[in-house]
Amino acid sequence: MDFALLSMTAFLPLVGVLMILVIRGDDAVVARNAKHMALYTSLFTFAFSVYMLVQFDPSNGGFQLVEHSGWLKSFGINYHVGVDGISVLFIMLATFLTPVCILSAWDAIKVRVKEFMIAFLVLESFMIGTFIALDAVLFYVFFEAVLIPMFLIIGIWGGARRVYASYKFFLYTLLGSVLMLVALLTLFAKVGTSDIPTLMANPVAPELQMWLWLAFFASFAVKMPMWPVHTWLPDAHVEAPTAGSVILAGVLLKMGGYGFLRFSIPMFPDASLFFADFVFWLSVAAIFITSLIALVQDDMKKLIAYSSVAHMGYVTLGIFTATVEGVEGAIFQMLSHGLISGALFLCVGVVYDRLHTREIARYGGIVKNMPKYATLFMIFMLGSVGLPGTSGFVGEFLALLGAFQVNTTIAVLAASGLILGAAYMLVLYRRVVFGPTEHADAAAMADLNGREILLLVPLAGMVIVLGVFPSLITDITGPAVQNLVATYEANLSVASDVLVETLEKAE
Amino acid sequence: MTLNLIPLIPEIFLSIMAMGLLIVGVSCGNSSTRTVSWFCAFSAFTAMVLSSQLDTSAVTTLNGMFQFDSFAALMKVLILLGVVASIALSVRYLINNDLQRFEYPVLILLAAVGMMLMVSAHNMLTLYVGLELQSLALYVLAAMRRNSLKSAEAGVKYFILGALSSGLLLFGISLIYGFTGSLDFAVIGETLALSDRVNIGVTFGLVFILAGIAFKISAVPFHMWTPDVYQGAPTSVTAFFAIVPKLAAFALLIRLLFEPFAAAADQWGQILYFLSVASMVVGAFAALAQDNIKRLLAYSSIGNMGYALIGLVAANEAGVAAVILYLAIYMIMSAGVFAVVLSVQRDGNGVETISGLAGLSKSHPGLAYGMAILMLSMAGIPPLAGFFGKFAVFEAAVAQELYVLAVLGVLTSVIAAFYYLRIIKVMFFEEPNDAFDHDDRFARQFVLGLSLLFVLAFVVKPGAFLNIVSDAAASLF
Repeated sequence: MDFALLSMTAFLPLVGVLMILVIRGDDAVVARNAKHMALYTSLFTFAFSVYMLVQFDPSNGGFQLVEHSGWLKSFGINYHVGVDGISVLFIMLATFLTPVCILSAWDAIKVRVKEFMIAFLVLESFMIGTFIALDAVLFYVFFEAVLIPMFLIIGIWGGARRVYASYKFFLYTLLGSVLMLVALLTLFAKVGTSDIPTLMANPVAPELQMWLWLAFFASFAVKMPMWPVHTWLPDAHVEAPTAGSVILAGVLLKMGGYGFLRFSIPMFPDASLFFADFVFWLSVAAIFITSLIALVQDDMKKLIAYSSVAHMGYVTLGIFTATVEGVEGAIFQMLSHGLISGALFLCVGVVYDRLHTREIARYGGIVKNMPKYATLFMIFMLGSVGLPGTSGFVGEFLALLGAFQVNTTIAVLAASGLILGAAYMLVLYRRVVFGPTEHADAAAMADLNGREILLLVPLAGMVIVLGVFPSLITDITGPAVQNLVATYEANLSVASDVLVETLEKAE
Repeated sequence: MTLNLIPLIPEIFLSIMAMGLLIVGVSCGNSSTRTVSWFCAFSAFTAMVLSSQLDTSAVTTLNGMFQFDSFAALMKVLILLGVVASIALSVRYLINNDLQRFEYPVLILLAAVGMMLMVSAHNMLTLYVGLELQSLALYVLAAMRRNSLKSAEAGVKYFILGALSSGLLLFGISLIYGFTGSLDFAVIGETLALSDRVNIGVTFGLVFILAGIAFKISAVPFHMWTPDVYQGAPTSVTAFFAIVPKLAAFALLIRLLFEPFAAAADQWGQILYFLSVASMVVGAFAALAQDNIKRLLAYSSIGNMGYALIGLVAANEAGVAAVILYLAIYMIMSAGVFAVVLSVQRDGNGVETISGLAGLSKSHPGLAYGMAILMLSMAGIPPLAGFFGKFAVFEAAVAQELYVLAVLGVLTSVIAAFYYLRIIKVMFFEEPNDAFDHDDRFARQFVLGLSLLFVLAFVVKPGAFLNIVSDAAASLF
């Protein structure tokens, strides 16, 4: 590759930021131009990422489009980026959802529009950076940096309790991340490099792995979020503006899962095996407890936020089965959840923009005046439930398939959790869309306008297409996942031999 | 014996300029403050250029009293940079706040000369003379606003505690002299290296010396003066205190630890470990309760000194490089922060409470965004420069297996993030009270702009800067 495609994709949004910064004029002009500029920039970035996908060779399970140059030279840390089958689709998800978010904020954001657009483009750049980084320190820089724009998005443009929510989001995530930083530095000191592919090939001693695994887990589990460290998520989602919720659910949560796949599984195989049961039980707890909490919510956004935690339970379950099916299912579930939950938050945003309330009881019977909305909402709702034919089914099915190979009890429990998922989503849909018309203002709401249709239809299309042709995704992720699982097993056997030896010596 | 004065050129130049400008001030009166200030800034800048141009191969002169090497060169450049920035920040403040006194910039220059001597000290006498020259100038500066009770209190407090710490230091020096028979760093170092275990008298001397210096860098438990002095002194003086003297005291500490006392690393390692932990913890928790922004910044500086000390506990070249990097970044961020603090005014008075910053982002978005970036950088959030300083010191600690120190460091930095975020919250998420004064002083904006540029752009090309820092650290080993 003679031109730096990945870096250009990652930093193109920052070019857009610079251009927005030089916009001058009265407020209305600035706001309009900033919106257009942000939209075009994010569309260009999407185009770049599509080109990247075209250039990507799915049959190769290793890292591609690699760029390498000196950065923190005196530490021996390099600017090293590249993609494999696992990360490439997350980049697509980020570049796809960003223009959607910008478009969704078109009329909803009325104050400080320019700053909002800047924050979003900066966020996009950092998100892409997180997924392309092949150096652990570089990854950490992007991973943490994401907090800054998201903190501002929640804190400035959020709802009534935005200050509390933004603090909780920031400090929770920071606390997890700094522990990861210490672990990362330890790894760096022991192995002598922060290069991710090298670290993957040279796992450290099993005893050390345990500590490092826990520290990385602290960070990724908060980000995912896993029960019981999920409590920042409902607050953040409820208070964030619609676009913020979409990107938070759509992409930011996936960084945790991506981290497990990139760090925990390949670098600490023994610890991952050791802690697998612990993760399984947490996942099952997440599925049940947060599903039950979702059932009793009165606030639409909160309900979807809790459903996200439950869905992420299947992801962690799939990842730590460390089987090809489980990991593929987890990735599929993350991508599918990115689309579906993003779309669900958009659906909430649509009615919120009209009635300025998220209370479920304030709606009802809106299928009569909003048939198009009801149809699209139904597709996403069924996707979230995991109906066969939607993308939600494939991910959960594969994850459970992986789980059955490893631990039947857990798999049975997790599979029965699906029923609860169906329960709260159907209840939500029935109460909002069907039923008698109780409120005149809800009955007077206009159906989707052109912009909203433009936002939701592609998402609905993706949910169905991926549900019918899952190979669109599994073909790309397959080789990389097989690679990952093979490395994991290979490193595991080497390391456990060592472990047995050391234990025998100790005796 | 030939007398090599070339390494002293910046000090000599600066002393002459300080004397000359003092005469100009005396003959023209307080109305010449502005002119004298800018000439002082210019002199400091020239001295900075001179320092950076000197040959950095290690050389000792004045019969072993004075040493110049790339460590000294870098530290002097940083100190003088800070001096230029603080003078530039204070000119308008002095005029607006009825503090037009020509002694002000001259005292800063004299303090700068003292600090440069501290950095280059190669003998306990040079060290003490440099330290006292600096301290005396600072005592006067703290009490500059003579008609303000707070400022006078700050000056007296600083003077009494400072004199006490100088006494401790001097006592420590005399013990070291008694047990090693020399004041020369090289001779002390050789003497200590000869015996296989450290004499109890030397240990005592070391403890007293460290206590004296810990006062200067405001490490806990010798930090009590900091919040009061920061709050009581005129804000432009606080800015100077925050930006420069700690850098010089740290440079002195580094040179002491790694030249004469290198053989006693086991002894001073424990002391610094405690100072570091205590400073981080107190800095983080005490700052939570503050509403005065100057007090908050005082506690923040205490915490930051704790982080910088982590690098010294690691006691190796990487650790020293990390400390230098940390301090340089911290100094540049502080300059930017104080440019904002000095710019935010209401009815002609500086806003000193945090709640008074409410709604700044509406009327002065530039200042508010600048401050927000600096606060996040102080909190150590990547990709801003502050992160890399923390990264370097934690890396040095972990490489030496000081895990407890590193974990405590990151945990307190999360607590610290809370109060940095509070400033952002007040500026952005709250509604304004009354209107702020319009302020567009070029000098402040220039300092803020440079500081922000550094904080934002450091991530792009950190290599060249890191090389300079590593070279400086290498010259000590």
